[in-house]
Amino acid sequence: MASTLPPGDPAPADGTLPPEAVAGLGSRPFGVYVHVPFCATRCGYCDFNTYTAGELGTSASPQSWLEALRRELDLAARVLGSAPPASTVFVGGGTPSLLGADGLASVLDAVRGAFGLTSAAEVTTEANPESTSPEFFAEILRAGYTRVSLGAQSVAPHVLRILDRKHTPGRPVAAAGEARAAGFEHLNLDLIYGTPGERPDDLQASLDAVLDAGVDHVSAYALIIEEGTAIERRIRRGELPSTDDDVLAERYEQVDSVLSTSGFRWYEVSNWAASVAARCQHNLNYWRGGDWWGAGPGAHSHVGGVRWWNVKHPARYAATLAEGRSPAAAREILSEEDRRVERVLLELRLAEGLPLGVLDESGVAEAKVAVSDGLLSQSAFDAGRAVLTDEGRLLADGIVRRLLP
Amino acid sequence: MATFADTTFTPPERIRNFCIIAHIDHGKSTLADRMLQLTGVVEERAMRAQYLDRMDIERERGITIKAQNVRLPWVVDDEEIVLHMIDTPGHVDFTYEVSRALEACEGAILLVDAAQGIEAQTLANLYLALENNLAIIPVLNKIDLPAADPEKYSRELAHIIGCEPEDVLRVSAKTGEGVRELLDAVVRQVPPPVGEDNAPARAMIFDSVYDTYRGVVTYIRVVDGRITPRERIRMMSTGAVHELLEVGIISPEPKPSAGLGVGEVGYLITGVKDVRQSKVGDTVTSERKGATEPLAGYREPRPMVYSGLYPLDGSDYPDLREALDKLRLNDAALTYEPETSAALGFGFRCGFLGLLHLEITRDRLEREFGLELISTAPNVVYRVVTDDGTETTVTNPSDWVDGKIMEVYEPIVKTTVICPSEFIGTVMELCQARRGQLGGMDYLSEDRVELRYTMPLAEIIFDFFDSLKSRTRGYASLDYEEAGEQTANLVKVDILLQGEPVDAFSAIVHRDAAYTYGTRMATKLRELIPRQQFEVPIQAAIGSRVIARETIRAMRKDVLAKCYGGDITRKRKLLEKQKEGKKRMKMVGRVEVPQEAFVAALSTDETGDKPKGKK
Ligand SMILES: Nc1nc2c(ncn2[C@@H]2O[C@H](COP(=O)(O)OP(=O)(O)OP(=O)(O)O)[C@@H](O)[C@H]2O)c(=O)[nH]1
Ligand SMILES: C[S@@+](CC[C@H](N)C(=O)[O-])C[C@H]1O[C@@H](n2cnc3c(N)ncnc32)[C@H](O)[C@@H]1O
Ligand code: SF4
Ligand SMILES: [Mg+2]
Repeated sequence: MASTLPPGDPAPADGTLPPEAVAGLGSRPFGVYVHVPFCATRCGYCDFNTYTAGELGTSASPQSWLEALRRELDLAARVLGSAPPASTVFVGGGTPSLLGADGLASVLDAVRGAFGLTSAAEVTTEANPESTSPEFFAEILRAGYTRVSLGAQSVAPHVLRILDRKHTPGRPVAAAGEARAAGFEHLNLDLIYGTPGERPDDLQASLDAVLDAGVDHVSAYALIIEEGTAIERRIRRGELPSTDDDVLAERYEQVDSVLSTSGFRWYEVSNWAASVAARCQHNLNYWRGGDWWGAGPGAHSHVGGVRWWNVKHPARYAATLAEGRSPAAAREILSEEDRRVERVLLELRLAEGLPLGVLDESGVAEAKVAVSDGLLSQSAFDAGRAVLTDEGRLLADGIVRRLLP
Repeated sequence: MATFADTTFTPPERIRNFCIIAHIDHGKSTLADRMLQLTGVVEERAMRAQYLDRMDIERERGITIKAQNVRLPWVVDDEEIVLHMIDTPGHVDFTYEVSRALEACEGAILLVDAAQGIEAQTLANLYLALENNLAIIPVLNKIDLPAADPEKYSRELAHIIGCEPEDVLRVSAKTGEGVRELLDAVVRQVPPPVGEDNAPARAMIFDSVYDTYRGVVTYIRVVDGRITPRERIRMMSTGAVHELLEVGIISPEPKPSAGLGVGEVGYLITGVKDVRQSKVGDTVTSERKGATEPLAGYREPRPMVYSGLYPLDGSDYPDLREALDKLRLNDAALTYEPETSAALGFGFRCGFLGLLHLEITRDRLEREFGLELISTAPNVVYRVVTDDGTETTVTNPSDWVDGKIMEVYEPIVKTTVICPSEFIGTVMELCQARRGQLGGMDYLSEDRVELRYTMPLAEIIFDFFDSLKSRTRGYASLDYEEAGEQTANLVKVDILLQGEPVDAFSAIVHRDAAYTYGTRMATKLRELIPRQQFEVPIQAAIGSRVIARETIRAMRKDVLAKCYGGDITRKRKLLEKQKEGKKRMKMVGRVEVPQEAFVAALSTDETGDKPKGKK
């Protein structure tokens, strides 16, 4: 949940959705996202919607948040009427692990109470390595979680320092080991590459550690210098160098080649999985245009072509719900063309690619040119799909602009 | 405020017609302000600085572009005098405005900044006034400035004009000091107009302006007879007859009058919609019993610089045409013809008086008509004779006929540079590098000189002035006037992107400067064109011979690699913004070229003493 909310249309106070949007529910997978807006400290690069205890003071607490969350999930169940059981749940943040195993269990109970879960539901929580333990993993497994995503970012001490990460270099791998020992099959580690001062061998060490940890999923993100963050100020003042796009491209190639030779395959530009079963179904549902309800401050939702997002501040979020109103800040009803644009935008980033039928005539012509430039796969194109080549992955945004009017 | 000057048909002996001429920024319009106030035609509370600079673009840039005339009442020794004052522009591009104004006057105030002294346009405008046999009143302005040196510059002025230093008046247009005395001097020193009251009417058109509400407003100076609103008039060049809807004076707003008599300056409105039907330089007479001999006309201003103007968005082409049609109504010097460019699509080849004129026109098209434009590298006009003896005029490098050329003629100008004598060496070096021929040198005072060069116009219109200023710490001033043509060894340098020539970047340059030009353009474009998804070679070539090359490496990364969770809206908005940015790019073949790349061809950069050709 990035820190600024997009502009949109006013959302109804009772949270109702247009009947057309709700009509198709159940014919598509349905997911639930829960946003936990708390962190122990703020990392200098992060602009997610999250707050430290100091920032919140007495205006909001995990307790008041949980109470409000329950209210929102009730409202969601009412608004969606005959909502299907959730096939994916993702508790993200912020730092969900700050809630402790009990807290996370209560969150999942609330989701279950509102929608129910499918029998094979994928239930993920994000966790910061320093706020986990063997007991924590055992308990949340028992509570029904099936997958854990740990923010490792790097194992190089100087990189972790620049990123303001509080864990020791070894902690993420250890945490992953504990989770596996507790019985988790599906584990992800997040990496950030391209941090100022990071050398190729630093990244190599991080990749080696990730492979050592025995996880079945890796997300690797190029460090984005977001406006308003501490790291952006430090770069602007010249205290830190910024990382060149060419260097980021090399790092990406390094990540991809190490992971590919170790049994991982990319299924989205920044995501690699050891097997099809290891792919994150919840995120795939976002990218394939599925339905989900996002609960919590600043969370985004999508149901049947309507997107909306909640007010950002936990205090306002709780207050709105306490007054019996929907916490939605604004919404947008997507036009046919908006939905087509989004399909191109999202599906092109997937290894499965995009059916050429989604493109208009000039889009298909452009796709053909992109094939001859070596950016889209020839064989996929012949089979009626636009699929990025290795080179194309690094230029995906530019290709999207070419494929759209 | 009503005054005696509102009544027309003033006897000529009580009329004085004069203009204010000077180098740019020496304070003409500010002096005009004081005159408006002193004579009481503008009340204190309605006053604003440079009152007569009425166009937005004039106010924004703080310069005068159009000459403005005003009728003023002035009493000397109990005698009521009518003054027609014309404020003129100082920039060299608008010299034709000055020449027209001179035709309507018997005298000129030659204004000189007392902290700067005589500058190049001071001389140019003085000579114009002398050619027209005008009485010259030398005046030093800005004597309130601490840096003013009236003693020194009185001597300079006296020396040039051939009068005594004591004859040079001193004023401050800012404080108003000396302006009353100046107006009295105008009455004493400028001769009254002469003309035949009983003869058939003859009036000279010295300006013609299109006004959205009133149609074409024509400014005239009556020489003989009378122009009255009851009579129909005839334009002597075409014989066209027009109804007169209104005759009046400007004081300083238009005021209808009973007519205009000998020596009087004012306006007439006929209801014509095109300034070309009411041409500057034409003679107006009455339809019945009209005159048979027209007054001597003016030479029409000729474009000196050409540039292609193209809409960034091709679908704006009709709007651009309409906008140019409208601008032309007020700008007789602007010419344009449709042209097509392989790189830029449909546009117009436009002729301008100089780079400032180009810049201002482009600015107005963008702001007043909401257009986004690309202008191609400006060039002068060439006369090309091919080996089969045919002669063509080339206003666009694309029309350059390579190979069969026998002789090329380029326009040359007489150039005047005035600068402190310590810079003589530097200025000479610069002029020689620009293929200048020294014509002469004179000392204006012990430490200031006037240098005269004959130079190719192409060498000075683009960045010469900037180079001159930067080498003389801003102390040099420049003026130039047409001086015919000369043969020259010129070549066309093409710029190729991905092997395809981009006509908009082609330029005609002296053979010795071709390499420098090609290298500079290639380097500049490499910096200005963002990396694309593929490699883009840039080449500069004369015919098929490549003289410089650069490569824009392919972009390696253009993908946002971060999970924004479910905030797809943000992703889509970001895409929309990027697509907007892409729309501001011009597709040249497959290459996205930013607008600035085209503008940069116009820009000046000081890189050294090498001959540069033009930009
Ligand atoms: N101190 C001082 N400044 C003056 C005086 N007269 C004019 N200025 C300033 O000089 C600048 C140029 O004045 P203008 O009246 O616009 O000059 P101009 O000759 O009409 O300029 P163009 O029409 O562009 O050729 C302005 O900033 C005026 O305020 C003066 O007597 N004293
Ligand atoms: C917002 S965090 C939430 C999970 C948890 N708090 C953590 O830090 O691990 C999810 C992931 O987003 C990635 N991330 C956050 N800010 C980023 C940025 N500016 N650039 C690239 N990746 C970023 C990090 O890899 C992080 O693990
Ligand atoms: S712990 Fe995660 S969510 Fe919290 S500030 Fe750091 S990166 Fe952002
Ligand atoms: Mg002026």
